[in-house]
Amino acid sequence: MIKNILNLGDAALYCDFGSDVNQEINSNVIKYFYHIKKLNLKGITNLTPSYNKLIISYDLNIHSFLSLKKKIENIEIKENNKLEKNLIEIPVCCDNNFALDIKRVENKLKLKSEIILEKFFSKNYFCYMTGFVAGMPFLGDLNQEMRLKRLETPRVKVPKGSVGITEQFCNIYTFETPGGWNILGNTPQNIFDTSNQTNPNLVNPGDTIKFYRITLDQYNEIKR
Amino acid sequence: MKSKDRNYFKILRAGINTTYQDLGRNNLYHIGIPFSGAMDKRNFQLLNSLLQNDYNSPVIEFAYQGPHLKYFGKDIFFCISGNVSFKIITKEGVIDGNSYQCYLLKNGDEVDIRSTNKSVYGYFSINGTFGVDYYWGSCSINTQAQIGPNNGNKFSKDLEIEIIDINNSFNKRKLDYLGSTIENIRVIKGTNYDYFSESSQNKFFKESFKITKLSDRMGMRLEGPKIENIVDPNIKSEGLVKGVIQITSAGDPIIMLSDHGTIGGYPKIATVISADYDRLVQLTPGSNIKFKDVYLEDAETLYKLYQMETNNLISQIK
Repeated sequence: MIKNILNLGDAALYCDFGSDVNQEINSNVIKYFYHIKKLNLKGITNLTPSYNKLIISYDLNIHSFLSLKKKIENIEIKENNKLEKNLIEIPVCCDNNFALDIKRVENKLKLKSEIILEKFFSKNYFCYMTGFVAGMPFLGDLNQEMRLKRLETPRVKVPKGSVGITEQFCNIYTFETPGGWNILGNTPQNIFDTSNQTNPNLVNPGDTIKFYRITLDQYNEIKR
Repeated sequence: MKSKDRNYFKILRAGINTTYQDLGRNNLYHIGIPFSGAMDKRNFQLLNSLLQNDYNSPVIEFAYQGPHLKYFGKDIFFCISGNVSFKIITKEGVIDGNSYQCYLLKNGDEVDIRSTNKSVYGYFSINGTFGVDYYWGSCSINTQAQIGPNNGNKFSKDLEIEIIDINNSFNKRKLDYLGSTIENIRVIKGTNYDYFSESSQNKFFKESFKITKLSDRMGMRLEGPKIENIVDPNIKSEGLVKGVIQITSAGDPIIMLSDHGTIGGYPKIATVISADYDRLVQLTPGSNIKFKDVYLEDAETLYKLYQMETNNLISQIK
């Protein structure tokens, strides 16, 4: 399933699963990720799955590129190996104070805000990967008519909890960070829990997300 | 703890980006948490060796200007690594200290870490252990994600640094070392090298780049000839590692450093080799650097040589 293994610098393998972004290729990446993680190989210092790549960082004192490449190439994963998937429901409030880019999205998609939100909430989303900042999930896919580009000028600060869309993807800002996604709402739910030392992420690669809409009162109730 | 039993430093001035660091945290990239850890691992290792601490003991890292600390407690030794100017203020007077040399501190003495010289990071520690909390196996503070002791924040004035253990059998030690600098940064070509025009590929290796002020523990932004992308200014977001050099849409290189975002969507032109990382992070804004292309096999050997050199330095501590 891995098409090619290259080196990323002198201390990481770059495993290429293809160039397309779809759930089939991504599920293969995630299967390898969980499988290698479970093997607990000495000297592997990080595994970074993404849409269609898996990066394996290693300790140069223990491995060299060629020896580790051989080990990874020899891993066999059964095609029918099922991925463990969780369904996670996440509340989102689309009050005007939170839907920072709804006007822009209306203009770009030429759809009324209520239609946009209806379409957004009517679908379940697949988690391709988490990262960039701690716990941020990259979800997809949005319907064709919901796709638009990033903001021309990214925001310097996107509020924590913001739910944004761009191209075929949506995400949740787990921290206040700079960012350029089109913000449709905000979740009161904590997506990344620093105090949880075993699994701080609410959403993990392979999970399915169902967003549901809440009122401002409900939002404040959950926040309290 | 009764106050008379306490051993601690009070921070009179925090310095710039002063944090606890150790070797960092592993195996969390997939949830978006980078390695962090001391930026300059050699100076981290030398400091813990000088102080006969465990190899992964917490140290205090600072950038450009260090903290001014006042000590309260029983006699203790401290040491500083890096190219650092500092003063030791005691009842007997004020003396200038030398890096890589241990000094005694008595109750009420102060250490004023004035500046790093022609370098960015310096390290401070004691013959003992700071009282820190561990997050995912590390006490490194990642201020961007607010992970680590002190609520993931850098040190501030009036903070008290607790010492929970002092090694009483410690003997003063020193190392004669002037530090090691670098001008040519050696790199391995990146996975998107062919995204860039041939003339830009040539410029990348022939011309020099200036390190800008927009550099911190997350990344180092460079300025120089614009690197022209002839394929696509973006790639599908994928994992990053420290040392990766991405080219932004504006055509400028940005080098990922220890607290970097774990995934990114700019094409990768090259990656700094592990042997040169410690010296790369010590280059100050305004410095000019040139990139030199090396093969993967050579990079692996150069790393082993660099580690041998570090171990050789450790063996010279007396």
